[in-house]
Amino acid sequence: MSIQVHQLSKRYGTQWAVNDLSFDIPTGEIVGFLGPNGAGKSTTMKILTGYIPATSGEAVVCGHNLSTDSLAVRQRVGYLPEHNPLYLDMYVMEYLRFSAGMAGVTKVKSAVEKAIELTQLTPERNKKIGQLSKGYRQRVGLAQALIHDPEVLILDEPTSGLDPNQVVEMRNVIKNLGKDKTVLLSTHIMQEVEAMCNRVILLNHGKIVADNTLEGLKQTSPTDSLETIFRNLTSHVGRI
Amino acid sequence: MWVVFKKEIRSFLGSFIAYIVMGVFLVITGIFMWVIQENNVLDLGIASLQVMFNIAPYILIFLVSAITMRSLSEERRLGTIEILTTRPVSDTSILLGKYLAAVGLIVFTLLPTLFYYYTIHQLADPLQGVDNGATWGSYLGLILLAASYASIGLFASSLTDNQIVSLIISMVLCFFWYGVLSLLGDIKALDLIGKSLEWFSLDFHYQSISRGVLDTRDIIYFLGFIATFLGGTKLVFESRKW
Repeated sequence: MSIQVHQLSKRYGTQWAVNDLSFDIPTGEIVGFLGPNGAGKSTTMKILTGYIPATSGEAVVCGHNLSTDSLAVRQRVGYLPEHNPLYLDMYVMEYLRFSAGMAGVTKVKSAVEKAIELTQLTPERNKKIGQLSKGYRQRVGLAQALIHDPEVLILDEPTSGLDPNQVVEMRNVIKNLGKDKTVLLSTHIMQEVEAMCNRVILLNHGKIVADNTLEGLKQTSPTDSLETIFRNLTSHVGRI
Repeated sequence: MWVVFKKEIRSFLGSFIAYIVMGVFLVITGIFMWVIQENNVLDLGIASLQVMFNIAPYILIFLVSAITMRSLSEERRLGTIEILTTRPVSDTSILLGKYLAAVGLIVFTLLPTLFYYYTIHQLADPLQGVDNGATWGSYLGLILLAASYASIGLFASSLTDNQIVSLIISMVLCFFWYGVLSLLGDIKALDLIGKSLEWFSLDFHYQSISRGVLDTRDIIYFLGFIATFLGGTKLVFESRKW
């Protein structure tokens, strides 16, 4: 198992952002985290990457518990946060070298080359990040996430804000990466999941409302489209 | 730690702020040393850098605050703090890397003033007439003072995601610890309270080291001061985990 989450909860003030979440993700799976805005997708990802601790419950990534062994987890996880934060005044190569150093990579040069190749950044490699188009910036974000060849990739809305062509390219890149890595990605677009994932975990109001393969989900109501299933699950269930 | 250190130095030297800030520092100390009538070295006729060491603490408040203002606030504004803190690097080494980079840049800015020392050394009559003890003591004091300002600046920068707010908080805090506290000692009505408050001011210990006498109490004061503010910075930096 790459990711094991057991009764995970996170409270902000009086609001439960994530409430009693449990799921396992085996190695090599591409899993889509689906749900409306505010469902708790980003919060769960922030916990799994060690950015914030959970209020209660347990999360184990690559065999290491996040509450006791966060550094070991962070060594094995690549993370692309929501909105893809970047230093706009840094050069692509400079930023990737910095990322490699921060990730503790010893062979910086070959790691940078490999990340550039995997994300097809070669034509823009010598530019400043601020000069890049949104699609290429997203690739830089992805490149820094996989600079240390992590076992698990956690990508928060990796295709948001991209144009249709860039979305397709990004999906292909992620699909390729999924061949030898566990990928957990979040989105609120159904087609996204259909195009990339083996499995979908549907969240609403901090709770899991569906955890199934795509085929399994379709079979729950065969006459409806995926879109309708999504709407049905997230608009009624779980609302207090 | 050194990865962060290197990145900070590079990004600072790649920005305009660096050259403006360093230029302003050298121009102002230069003007005070050599140009302003009656108070400059040539008119005073004393072979010492005292003029510079008197004015530098005030200019450094601005200089150091400008160097540290974006250090943490910019990471927060951009959101890159989320990437930085999910790398296998402890929060302490991130903060130390940033802090040492700021101190390194300040020392680098002070280096050109050694030229003033050389000038005075040559002008002195007799040739060896400069009080070296006081001069090097003052330099050490200046660096410790600037390092204390830097810890205040980093703390201010951790409080907000706005550079300008960070700059202002930092300058106010620096001025309070340097200037206001030592002025309280001069108020007769405060008597002993004023005197003890004065002991807590940066100025008190800066003046003490500047005499060229190394007192461990002063060194411990500065190191404790820096450690306190860095500790506060770490507390704020990790507040996301509460």
